[in-house]
Amino acid sequence: MKKLRTPVELRQLRATILSQRDPEKACISICCGTGCRAYGAEDVAKALKNQIRRQGLSKQVQLKVTGCHGFCEHGPLLVVYPGRIFYQRVTPNDAAEIISETVLNGNIVDRLLYVDPTSGEKTHFEGDVPFYKRQRRLIFGSNGLIDPTDIKDYFAIDGYSAVSKVLFEMQPEEAIAEIRKSGLRGRGGGGFPAATKWESCRKAPSFDGTRYVICNADEGDPGAYMDRSLLEGNPHSVIEGMIIGAYAIGSHNGYVYVRHEYPLAVTNLSIALEQAREYGLLGQDILGSGFDFDIKISRGGGAFICGESTALMASLEGKIGEPRPKHIHTVVSGLNGRPSNLNNVETWANVPLIINRGADWYSEIGTEGSKGTKIFSLVGKINNTGLIEVPMGITLREIIYDIGGGIPNDRRFKAVQTGGPSGGCIPESLIDLPVDFDKLTEAGSMMGSGGMIVMDEDTCMVDIARYFVKFLTEESCGKCVPCREGLDRMLDILTDITEGRGKEEDIELLEELGWIIKETSLCALGGTAPNPVLSTIRYFRDEYEAHIRGKRCPAGVCKALITFIINEEKCTGCGVCARECPQGAISGKKKEPYNINQEKCIKCGVCRDNCKFEAITVS
Amino acid sequence: METVLRKVAAIVSEYGGDRDSLISILQDIQSAYHYLPEDALRAVASQLDLPLIQVCGVATFFKAFSLEPRGEHIVSVCLGTACHVRGAPAVLDEVERQLGIKASETTEDMQYSLETVNCLGACALGPIVVVDGKYRGQMSPGKVKKALRKQRKDLEGHGV
Amino acid sequence: MVELTIDGIKTNAPEGTTVLEVATEMGIVIPTLCYHPGLSPYGACRVCIVEVVKDNRSSLEASCTLPVEPRQVILTNSEKVRKARKLIIELLLSSCPNSKTLQDMAANMGINRVRFKVKDRGCILCGLCVRYCKEQMKSGGIGFVGRGTSRRVATAFDVTPEECRNCGGCEWICPVCERACTAGNLIDGLCGGCQNLIPVETCPVCTGCSESVGPQGHRVYQ
Repeated sequence: MKKLRTPVELRQLRATILSQRDPEKACISICCGTGCRAYGAEDVAKALKNQIRRQGLSKQVQLKVTGCHGFCEHGPLLVVYPGRIFYQRVTPNDAAEIISETVLNGNIVDRLLYVDPTSGEKTHFEGDVPFYKRQRRLIFGSNGLIDPTDIKDYFAIDGYSAVSKVLFEMQPEEAIAEIRKSGLRGRGGGGFPAATKWESCRKAPSFDGTRYVICNADEGDPGAYMDRSLLEGNPHSVIEGMIIGAYAIGSHNGYVYVRHEYPLAVTNLSIALEQAREYGLLGQDILGSGFDFDIKISRGGGAFICGESTALMASLEGKIGEPRPKHIHTVVSGLNGRPSNLNNVETWANVPLIINRGADWYSEIGTEGSKGTKIFSLVGKINNTGLIEVPMGITLREIIYDIGGGIPNDRRFKAVQTGGPSGGCIPESLIDLPVDFDKLTEAGSMMGSGGMIVMDEDTCMVDIARYFVKFLTEESCGKCVPCREGLDRMLDILTDITEGRGKEEDIELLEELGWIIKETSLCALGGTAPNPVLSTIRYFRDEYEAHIRGKRCPAGVCKALITFIINEEKCTGCGVCARECPQGAISGKKKEPYNINQEKCIKCGVCRDNCKFEAITVS
Repeated sequence: METVLRKVAAIVSEYGGDRDSLISILQDIQSAYHYLPEDALRAVASQLDLPLIQVCGVATFFKAFSLEPRGEHIVSVCLGTACHVRGAPAVLDEVERQLGIKASETTEDMQYSLETVNCLGACALGPIVVVDGKYRGQMSPGKVKKALRKQRKDLEGHGV
Repeated sequence: MVELTIDGIKTNAPEGTTVLEVATEMGIVIPTLCYHPGLSPYGACRVCIVEVVKDNRSSLEASCTLPVEPRQVILTNSEKVRKARKLIIELLLSSCPNSKTLQDMAANMGINRVRFKVKDRGCILCGLCVRYCKEQMKSGGIGFVGRGTSRRVATAFDVTPEECRNCGGCEWICPVCERACTAGNLIDGLCGGCQNLIPVETCPVCTGCSESVGPQGHRVYQ
């Protein structure tokens, strides 16, 4: 843990680390991101550790506990090196066999292999698994190779070589030029050209020379967890990006603003920062370059609005997350009134990649207007739930079917929601849309931070619109009238519609409210809040009309408009539903079809959940 | 009263008495007491030389803070979009029925607090309910009813 | 000095002034609620919005917080502005019907009905009282607590703060409690009383200013 004082020392250290590592040595890389932990991955890791110890293999076999590998649907998962054998849905009981069979003897444990649901084909090589094969995991792929709490793993994959290159071979303006050439656009939702932001911040006057670089890790879109997995699994990639950005801009003070709900990310980032400082990669005179820079972590307090740049900076100052108008941009006057450059986690993580491989190489990936890759969280009614990294320009069809494995239970795809509460729904008719910033915006949605919620025929689009408006009413700071009162009244109307009280003029009223909220809100939360409503009206107007005129919910979701019915032919009269019903609304005689008293029924669905014969349906 | 003042002073000094760190200071107090007692807020305002109403403003703005004491056991239901699409609202309704309280309330006997979360990032397991930090995935109204019943039985069994 | 155009009239203003300040100097009346010349601008009510035209796009911005910029083109009373302002007042009325100030504004703009559910919060959250207490009285005994629709003006723990000087400024400056509507029989949130009793006047020369004298009056408001 000696401070590295020159780039040569860094290179030597890397060489030493690599020389001490045998690529043929057995290693198990097990995913312990928050998702897999929820599946019990820690117990699997513990079991493996015990087995290794018990069999006296501590010198021959390494267990690497890593961050998220991305294939969340199939966790707990691990990869056995050197063969890169991929095992999924692993339990602690499988540990012994994995060690004795695969690690020691190179034999495959068949039952742990991934099976393609349509072809029935089994894959053992990680790179061949269809979910991974179609991705381009330039950034996220590193998660599986490193233990985020050990900086040496990051050195081993060329970590901090980009910092070394920039600090010693480039002037700040050259670094900005390289980023400009790459075409990197912000990955947090705005899609603003990163280099332009950096340059504006660099040029903005500061009365005492202070400038800030900030990492926005507030990731508030529900259903999006890419940034969390990057911070948990590869915090150094973000740190490295920030050092380069700070040098380019002329900043010596950095902040990472992490949302309150991400404790593991905060832990791993703290460890990474400490280790970076120990090696002289943060602090004074980084690598002997004369450049000083350090980073502090600040935790959010549980407010979606603090993902907005001015609210985030207010929160960093210990104030409430109340946005201010951006006539004067934060790059000119931001945190503490100084020029501040705010970028998203994924944006920062792209920087070392661009410096190492070059802007020319990077700009070959993606489309004309959107370069590079994007990490998406593919969730909802999809078979292969998880985090995916794909080149910009890939179509939604490829994402949903080739990578996502299609819709579960043979249901029909209906729409995919992108951009979180600021975005809109893309219907089936646009499934061949190439995914990039501009195309998504044209279709009435936006890329946003990368959440992709897949919906099927059993999803009610009016209910979805209501869901997003409800979310935003709870997150609105409450300062300006159109957002605070407008969204609240929008929610009233949507609630009326979903509960069967919709009126003919409601759609028009929603559109008018949508207009005023979009046009006159103070910040982007209000400015984009009507998008889910407006886009569902645009593409699914018929559903709104069914709710309003027909008092029907075609998808069978809105409680007030549906009835639970027992299919007499399937019902065996077992009585389980009647026992579980919280309202005592079901009655019948043993072995005869039961009956639901509609007056008492509260549409909770417990009966349907408990019926083993699929005899209860929704009309 | 004395210990609250001292505890707050210790936390405030950890942050160098820096006003910018108000939110972090309140988070540490929340961790210590599981809520923000009035005395603690008054102490913070006094020690940071901030108007008390400003501290109250921050304490009531952020969802991480609670001005009311929380229950022994925290039940969180994820209402993220992915969980919503997979039927989380029905799960929440059932939990509310089982515990007899609405979201962000605490039971009379101070045993359970119910809260909703907007995405835990374990969407593959949705709908999710977290009971005392333990994740229970693929929940449905029926399953969560069973899970809560079991948990209550376990607690009673341990004489809690 | 910055050169900009407001309602077709070219003018110059020092850098750092707001469009509202400049317009007021020119004699153009832009209605406001949360603005007071003696206090810092807040930009919460959105009543003072104006249309900013750039190339062939336009956006609505609150003029009280909009700094003047060279070659800016501002419209204070376009159709878009009037439509938006009308909706803002309608929303405000639905959240605080018992304000004579709001009822007068509604009458001025020809608002015939409030289509949204009326939820009387008794406050428009303009923040004038908070800013008055903090900036004018240097006291800071009241402030905002909560967020979203739960946001309200309060004192710490709902008791009279030590800092309170009993100046009464918070009540005086309030557009709601000082000038409460005394109609007492609002119909769907609307009073429609007072302003209608003022005789209608017409200006011999229309400069397109936003002063109005009643729903039957100025042609610009048709």
